[in-house]
Amino acid sequence: MMMEEQNGKPHKEDVCPGKKDKLNLETANAQIEETKGPEFWRSLEELAGSGEFQEMMHREFPKGASEWLDTVSRRGFMKLMGASLAMAGMTACTKQPLEPIVPYVKQPEEIVPGKPLFFATAFTLGGYAAPLLVESHLYRPTKIEGNDKHPVSLGGTDVFSQASVLGLYDPDRSQNVIHLGNVSSWGQFKEVILATLKDQSASQGAGIRVLTGAFSSPALADQSQAFLKLYPQAKWHVYEPVNRDNAYEGAKLAFGQPVDTQYQLENADVIVTLDADFLYAGFPGFTKYARDYAKRRDPDSGNMSRMYAIESSPTSTGLKSDHRLPVRAVDVEMIACQLAGSSGGSLSGAQAKFVASVVKELQAHRGSSVVIPGEHQPPAVHALAHAINAQLGNVGKTVVYTDTVVANPANQTESLKDLVADMKAGKVQWLIVSGVNPLFDSPADVNFADAFNGVPNRVHLGLYQDETAEQCHWHINETHYLESWGDTRAFDGTVSIVQPLIAPLYDGKSLHELLGVLSDDAQLSAYNVVQDYWRKQHPGSDFDLFWRRSLHDGWVQGTTYTPKQVSAKSENFSQTTTTRSTFSSGGPASAIEINFRPDPSIYDGRFSNNAWLQELPKPLSKLTWDNAVWIGPVMAERMGVATKDLVRVEVNGAKVDLPVWIQAGHPDNSITVFLGYGRKRAGRAGTGAGFDVYPLRTTATPYFTTGAQVTKISGTYLLASTQGYQTMDAGDETRPIVRTATLEEYKQHADFNEEKPPAELTLYPGFDAQYKKEPYAWGMTIDLNSCVGCNNCIIACQSENNIAVVGKEQVNHGRHMHWIRVDAYYQGDRSDPQAYFQPVPCMQCENAPCELVCPVGATTHSTEGLNDMVYNRCVGTRYCSNNCPYKVRRFNFFLFSDWDTPQYKMMRNPDVTVRSRGVMEKCTYCVQRISEYRIKAEESGTTDRNTDGDLKTACQQSCPANAIIFGNINDANSQVSKLKAKQRNYGLLDDLNTRPRTTYLAEIRNPNPELQG
Amino acid sequence: MADLMQVEPGEQKPPVIAPGHNYGTVTDKIADVVLKKPVSLGWLGGLFVCFLILQWMLYGVTLLFFKGVGVWGVNIPIGWGFAIVNFVWWIGIGHAGTLISAILLLLRQSWRNSINRFAEAMTLFAVACAGMYPIFHLGRPWLAYWLFPYPNTMGYWPNFRSPLVWDVFAVTTYGTISLVFWFVGLIPDLATMRERTDKKILKYIFGMAALGWRFSARHWSRYETAYLLLAGLATPLVLSVHTVVSFDFAVGIVPGWHTTIFPPYFVAGAIYSGFAMVLVLAIPIRKFYNLGDFITERHIENSAMVMLGTGWIVAYGYAFEAFMNWYGGDVYEGFVRFNRFHGPYALTYMALLFFNLVVPQVLWIRKVRINNFWLFLISLDVLVGMWLERFVIVVVSLHRDFLNSSWGMYYPTQVDWAIFIGTLGFFTACIFLFMRVLPAISIFELRTLLPEAESVKHE
Amino acid sequence: MQIFHRATNTLAKASIFGGLILVGTLLWACIQIQRSPYVTYQHVARPQPVPFSHEHHVAAIGIDCRYCHTSVENSSFAGIPPTKTCMNCHSEIWLGGGMLQPVRDSYASGKSLIWNRVNDLPDFVYFDHSIHISKGVGCNTCHGPVDRMPLMYNEGSLQMEWCLDCHRSPAKNLRPQEQVFNMRYEQPTTQKPLLYDGKVYTDQMSLGADLVTKYHLRTVADITSCSTCHR
Repeated sequence: MMMEEQNGKPHKEDVCPGKKDKLNLETANAQIEETKGPEFWRSLEELAGSGEFQEMMHREFPKGASEWLDTVSRRGFMKLMGASLAMAGMTACTKQPLEPIVPYVKQPEEIVPGKPLFFATAFTLGGYAAPLLVESHLYRPTKIEGNDKHPVSLGGTDVFSQASVLGLYDPDRSQNVIHLGNVSSWGQFKEVILATLKDQSASQGAGIRVLTGAFSSPALADQSQAFLKLYPQAKWHVYEPVNRDNAYEGAKLAFGQPVDTQYQLENADVIVTLDADFLYAGFPGFTKYARDYAKRRDPDSGNMSRMYAIESSPTSTGLKSDHRLPVRAVDVEMIACQLAGSSGGSLSGAQAKFVASVVKELQAHRGSSVVIPGEHQPPAVHALAHAINAQLGNVGKTVVYTDTVVANPANQTESLKDLVADMKAGKVQWLIVSGVNPLFDSPADVNFADAFNGVPNRVHLGLYQDETAEQCHWHINETHYLESWGDTRAFDGTVSIVQPLIAPLYDGKSLHELLGVLSDDAQLSAYNVVQDYWRKQHPGSDFDLFWRRSLHDGWVQGTTYTPKQVSAKSENFSQTTTTRSTFSSGGPASAIEINFRPDPSIYDGRFSNNAWLQELPKPLSKLTWDNAVWIGPVMAERMGVATKDLVRVEVNGAKVDLPVWIQAGHPDNSITVFLGYGRKRAGRAGTGAGFDVYPLRTTATPYFTTGAQVTKISGTYLLASTQGYQTMDAGDETRPIVRTATLEEYKQHADFNEEKPPAELTLYPGFDAQYKKEPYAWGMTIDLNSCVGCNNCIIACQSENNIAVVGKEQVNHGRHMHWIRVDAYYQGDRSDPQAYFQPVPCMQCENAPCELVCPVGATTHSTEGLNDMVYNRCVGTRYCSNNCPYKVRRFNFFLFSDWDTPQYKMMRNPDVTVRSRGVMEKCTYCVQRISEYRIKAEESGTTDRNTDGDLKTACQQSCPANAIIFGNINDANSQVSKLKAKQRNYGLLDDLNTRPRTTYLAEIRNPNPELQG
Repeated sequence: MADLMQVEPGEQKPPVIAPGHNYGTVTDKIADVVLKKPVSLGWLGGLFVCFLILQWMLYGVTLLFFKGVGVWGVNIPIGWGFAIVNFVWWIGIGHAGTLISAILLLLRQSWRNSINRFAEAMTLFAVACAGMYPIFHLGRPWLAYWLFPYPNTMGYWPNFRSPLVWDVFAVTTYGTISLVFWFVGLIPDLATMRERTDKKILKYIFGMAALGWRFSARHWSRYETAYLLLAGLATPLVLSVHTVVSFDFAVGIVPGWHTTIFPPYFVAGAIYSGFAMVLVLAIPIRKFYNLGDFITERHIENSAMVMLGTGWIVAYGYAFEAFMNWYGGDVYEGFVRFNRFHGPYALTYMALLFFNLVVPQVLWIRKVRINNFWLFLISLDVLVGMWLERFVIVVVSLHRDFLNSSWGMYYPTQVDWAIFIGTLGFFTACIFLFMRVLPAISIFELRTLLPEAESVKHE
Repeated sequence: MQIFHRATNTLAKASIFGGLILVGTLLWACIQIQRSPYVTYQHVARPQPVPFSHEHHVAAIGIDCRYCHTSVENSSFAGIPPTKTCMNCHSEIWLGGGMLQPVRDSYASGKSLIWNRVNDLPDFVYFDHSIHISKGVGCNTCHGPVDRMPLMYNEGSLQMEWCLDCHRSPAKNLRPQEQVFNMRYEQPTTQKPLLYDGKVYTDQMSLGADLVTKYHLRTVADITSCSTCHR
């Protein structure tokens, strides 16, 4: 095992930054030479050219089918032999190699080798911040965690921020300044631009345009104002393919000004969503909403909320709701009007009944209900939602209006159009594109590329040399947010200072610095920009204290937005609601509607080179590495298509061929396609994965439109889903895998959850006696009511435990490596099913079937009830996996872990072994964290058993909904013990007498009696 | 088993050895195959083909060792694929040899004298094939020795609760005993060969192997004792080995594995396939080396009847399994039954029932039992059927167990096939060599069946 | 015709036992080699950039372990002194010493000294210094008489059986916490009894037994669970 361990788990001292703000490149380079990995400083350009690039792709993602065909030399005959020998050597008569040990020259004060440090910072998506605490080992950020002190996060995160640490270490990141395809330098760029800016200043910068994504950074906003003051004629454009135009336009309709809407779900008894997926990582405020929602879903609390979802394309929000009405997106507006009291529009009987009882409920819960419009619904629907919430008196109670978080709430689509117009008109001399990729994701009808190529000077600042960078004269490699200073706002307005965790790996530059150059201040550093801005905001002698405190806490005191009083434009309300009888209807019900949605894993495509996200099974389809077109069961039957068949989707005169995924619960005559796939220059993970649907998208109908043509074409396409059979019905029986009841049933007899095995269903002496005497007995509960299937735990686990990525082919072979998976089960009518999410980690059975059968005793039981897995003892018979009824064990069928790429070695968690080929692995309840905690406790000499709060598994820590609770079940006061005492607590397959330590709280739904049956 | 050997009264038992033979002719006929008979083209061709197939296996194994078991179709949930299927299949085949040599010896079934030699050889080669798989199927085969209890620097022993460790002992013991048994049986004949050959080099080789056997009365009496003892030692193994192998499954909790019927039913199945393999070899051998006089209809027919008998025990096994699935009333067990008949692998189960239960019933007809051609086909059919049985037990049970979310499918890759068919090549190659270099039939034991021997006994 | 000499019989008989003996010897040899310094480096000094003598610094000068190995009491990793630590003294003394040139270079250039790891556990073993210190396991219990090592070598074989030897009966190696860093500590014997909080100990086992309870040592079953060292 020697070799891969050595590579995988860098010695705590073998990567040694000289000072806090500087990564010691000597050692890094030394590392590279010693490992013969790909060159550290090689640019993606060279990489892509070389055959080595392909070779690396393969190493990263072994292609199962081609596996035995391509030559052994691919991985390197000798290397494997060497590896095998080294591994055998650990136990047989081969010597262990001499290993170097490299101390600091001057050791920083705060460093205690072997102990991680935590720094507060924030990740930003579309302008909305996710406040974070980042674990750092010797100044190498290794793990993203939510900032548990921050009101928005409270420790929870979302998949995008969790996975962003992989983004930092992505070897495909741009590593150089590129000029006309050749490696250049920041210095040269500065010379050139400073020279040209001279003549621009004459024309007051009339020829300068800046295009960025939405941002909320106050410092950047300030800097941009200064820039525009310097060049009054210059223009600053903002465009992201997934933006909030609808929300802001809706707000303008309702209030005459753009505002952000915050929902106080903890006060909401009734939640009605109008095609809103607020339990999805891309939704502003997701982490907070998930937590508040879960808080109100506790059936034992006595005030369990009820949720109605009126939605088009199925979402986890809809599937978690108590009642779901699948309609085409285009019909939502009409139904919204019905809710608002309009009599117009035609509803089917079922729909009418649904709407009627929703109205009744809303009326019954004035002030404690909330109506949430979907981001992709037109402004009218948002206005309607505002109107309804106002009429119900929810404003100020469950709905709060604030200033917009983004600094510039202008209509982004219009902004892009203006830019294109100017470019066409030849007004643009210098175009600076920062952090966006319009050549990939701009709407088809603006023909961005043509106009773009007419611009004489194009500069691109970005993390990757992507489709846009390729077409720019200058490309500047941007700093990752973990490398640079900045500030940003969370959805409640609270500002977090973004502080770097590591010096820029490739000497990248941030937008602050680029703007500095543009504003003729070439020496400006991001740090100065941010600090100076905040010094202005917080003058006075105590600034240093204020500054340190903001950095330490992770947010700036007193920046949280206060609720904003907005006066409704009455005429707009009346016009949008009651008097309305005409709607922007999608024509006849038979007209096929196409929905565009950001991908739940890779969003708008910006994360498409993040292998963790690519391999993350999408919440509903469990699909990986691809996007498919979702078609409802009824429509699929009518069209005679099956999953994996190819269809041609034509709309707005463009056509794209896509594979079909038949999605239970999808409305009829409607299809859904997901943005972000089909990248051409993403990197080893993203390039070529999936299908690009941006060509179908226009500025007029960015999210849905009717009149799409869907025709079956010949051929099928391989879709790799991690879950083959999404039902609990097997053969003629239904299996009690997810136990569920309605609130009524639960109240009547809380013991509905019958099947409990007899206490002593075994001939062997009681386990209880055995474990009760232990100071610690670890256990976990997972509340199925709270789990919203957001997949966050999967990424958190992957990051914490150095879990390898295996690639599409291997996933398709059933060889994905996730230690915790989120099973989705559908039941009942496939076009309007009940669905349940069930996270499944290792159950840590007290009576574990796997332990009995391992011939070498590589998996045994610890006295604390953990089912230990010893990788270095495992010989790989796979018997344990066969005998595991939960199938939570994962096997390294090939050498899945990357031993070579130096960046990945820096990313790995040094407290967890990196597994080699041919060994079994599985969830360990994050035993490395347990050990750390226990050692701390033991040293302090305490025998204090209360581990709550201090000790959290990675999945528990990152769960925004608090669905996963881990702790000491021998401590009667621990949270987990209390939960296990609940009557809806049950063990999965506990009739096998495996005595799982991980148990579930049965899912209790709260349906409206009116709508039942 | 003895009663199965009886044929209907009135019918005349065919002799175990054709009339008109005496010590000399017997010895000549058998020894000449090795010493006089020129190397035939057929033999060379056959050996060459087998050798080529063997190379294919080596290619597969090379890939396997350099890349990992991922080159196979195995995955989660189907952690075991062809490797274990073939392992069980080969071990099963390996049973006939010892059964014939040991048990029939103790049962005084003298007719076995003319087939025991190559049946034992067949056993050895089958066990050799079987023995490879447990090592191949490891994720880290270079650590296979960890399964043996030896004083290691880890201060840690294997897990003796694991059936796989029992396997290690069962199979190695079985292999060793079979080898010794076979070799001891060979000694007198090796001496005979030593005497009969006129090439000096062969004299040396056979002489060495014969361990200085001089046909002295002392040697003979010692030999008799040793041989009986070994037979006694080997007998329980016949039952124990496949019993232990069946524990690999019976001990697991996988629906379709977790059943107490497995041990007897595996042993019966083993003998079933074992005798099938004996016939598959015996029939060509007696034809091409015209040893029909020694391997007579009697042997053929007896073997056929053993197949018929064990076939029915196996049938009982299937029936009882299905019954318990239903009678147990367990959701998951019940689904096993449903899945075998209606699941994606239903065809394999149907085929197995057809091959193992339906087809062999024609053996009730004596004409078929003594018809070499048909019997040969039926034997092949049984071998295929028994392989399918192992496939159903291993793969079909695993691919859909408790949690629907974790169901999967198993598709063998080319490497799977390469290694499986490769071992067939290895096996037949060994048989070819064996036929040429050693007396395929036990000369001295056969002599005891001669009328002359009878008279000696009665004196 | 006789092709073998009579002696062959004897040879044959002899070879039977000979074979057995041969096989036995080979196995025994393997097991021995595996435990030999050739494999374990036990008592083998490693080449180092600077011939640093623990003997001189510990025994002669009397520097405490923790002066250089700073984090040994509160981290899994004992800590390798940064060049700065050396220079604390060697900017004053031994300025000319040629053998110290690498140290001075390192300090001047900011390039780390690269030592060879001596006590090198496999990377899948997660050893934690602090917990051993706080439970009264002395430095030299594992590292041997460091104060008598001109050049550093590892005292133990560092093989799993070596770790388990103690984890399976910790009592035999425990000592009072204040003695942990004492390189010359000797276990109590009838000749050299030890007075420890008001009690006279004449043998290690009784002392160990008391310390086990005093320091809340976890049970043998606990500290021999796999996850104690392997993750």
